[in-house]
Amino acid sequence: MDTMRYEAPGSVDEAVALLAGADGSRVMAGGTDLLVQLRAGMISPTVVVDIKKISELTTVTEDNGAFTVGAAVPGAELSENAALCKAWPGVVEGMDLVGSTQIQGRASLGGNLCNASPAADSVPAMIVARAICIIAGPNGRREAPVEDVAIAPGKTSLAKGELLVAIRLPKPPAHSGDAYLRFIPRTEMDIAVVGAGVSLTLDDSGTCTDARVSLGAVAARALVVDDAAKAIIGTKVDDAAIEALGAACSAAATPITDKRGTVEFRTKVSGVMARRAAAIALERARSN
Amino acid sequence: MAKHHVETTINGEPVEYLCETSQTLLDVLRDELGLTGSKEGCASGDCGACSVTIDGRLVCSCLVMGVEASGHKIETIEGMADGENLHPLQQKFLEQAALQCGICTPGVLVAAKSLLERNPDPTETEVRYWLAGNLCRCTGYDKIIRTVMDVAAEMRSS
Repeated sequence: MDTMRYEAPGSVDEAVALLAGADGSRVMAGGTDLLVQLRAGMISPTVVVDIKKISELTTVTEDNGAFTVGAAVPGAELSENAALCKAWPGVVEGMDLVGSTQIQGRASLGGNLCNASPAADSVPAMIVARAICIIAGPNGRREAPVEDVAIAPGKTSLAKGELLVAIRLPKPPAHSGDAYLRFIPRTEMDIAVVGAGVSLTLDDSGTCTDARVSLGAVAARALVVDDAAKAIIGTKVDDAAIEALGAACSAAATPITDKRGTVEFRTKVSGVMARRAAAIALERARSN
Repeated sequence: MAKHHVETTINGEPVEYLCETSQTLLDVLRDELGLTGSKEGCASGDCGACSVTIDGRLVCSCLVMGVEASGHKIETIEGMADGENLHPLQQKFLEQAALQCGICTPGVLVAAKSLLERNPDPTETEVRYWLAGNLCRCTGYDKIIRTVMDVAAEMRSS
C-alpha cells in the first residue's frame, strides 16, 4: 500500500502551506529528476507537491524586455519562445541541452536549479544573465540571485516551506550577448563534464563595459568567476583578453576526478569552454 | 492511502482509472489499461521506449505520475493507426524494415510523428537530434532515420 500523498495545489499560498506543514515533502515540477530518484529509492517523500496546476508557475511573461519564467515551464516552451530566444539565447541553449526531446517536454529551469546538480546546464547560463529567483515562503516573498540557490550537490538554500515561483531574466542591455557551452564526450544526451556561461556588454566603440562568467561541473556548485570577467572588461575582447579569461577560468576550477573526467582535464577544458563561449557571446553582442 | 480516481482522455476516448501515487503513467497504461504498446526500457527517461504525448507534447510516460494524467489528452502508439489503416510512418517502417527486435519501435514512431507534426521538412540532423532520446539497442539507427526522412518527403508531396 502506498503511503506517499500526491497534492496538486492551485495557488502558491496553498503550495507553501503544504510544504511548510509536512515533513518530508518534495516539490514536483516536470518530475524528470524526482521520479528517477523515487524509482531508485534515493528519496521517499511523504507528500509530493505538484506545482503545475499553479498558473504563475507555468507561464512566461514579458514586461518591457524582461522575462519572468514560471519555475515549472518546460524547456520546450522556452525554445519555442522567439522573443526569449532573441533576448537570452545562452539561457535557452543551456536549458535545451538538458536531456532529450522527451525530457524537454517536462524539465524546467526551476527544476534544473532546485535539483542542485553541480553539472546543471541551465545554471551557469542563468547566473551570467543575472537571473533572479522569486521565492515564496510562509513569511511572504523574497528574491535571491540564482547563484545563491543551489549551494551543494542536491542541496538548496530554500528554507522549509519555501517554493521557487519564477525566475526573472532582466532586459538585456544594448550591444550585449550571452552564450553557454558544455563539454560532453558525445554529441547529445549526456551530463556536462565542464559547462561555461559568458555574458558581456560592449559600448559603441566595441569596448567591453560589463561581463559575467560562470562555470558548471567543476566545483560543488556553479562558480561565478569574477577574475575572468575582469580579464575582458575594459578591453576590445581581443585574443589576448579572451586568453586571459580562459586562464582565469582554469585557475578558478576546483573539479574532482570521476568517471566523466579527471581534475587535469576539467581544469584545462574550463578555460577552453569559457573562451569559446566568450567568442559566441562577443559575436552576439556585436550584432545586437 | 486511497487510490486516485483519474479521468482523462487517451487516444480520443474518455478513460477512467484508479491508481496509486507511486504508479507512473507507463505503469497505468500497461498494467491497468492493457495498453502494452508503450514499452519500459530504462524507467529513468533515457531510452524513450515509453514515449507518449500529453496535450501534444512528447514525453516519457515513465517520468509522469499516473495521477498527473487527470484532465489531459494522452496519445499513445495504440492511437496512431486510423482503424485498419496504418499511419504512413508505421507503413514505411514495415516496408523498409526500419526495425530489428522492435522494442524501441513504438517510442520511435510516437516521437517521429510528433516531429513531423511540428516540422514536416526536417533535415537529417534535425531528425537525429529529435530522436536522440529514443535508444535502439540493435543500433538500427540509419534505417530509422532514413525511413523518417522518406515518410516526411512522401507526406509533403501527398
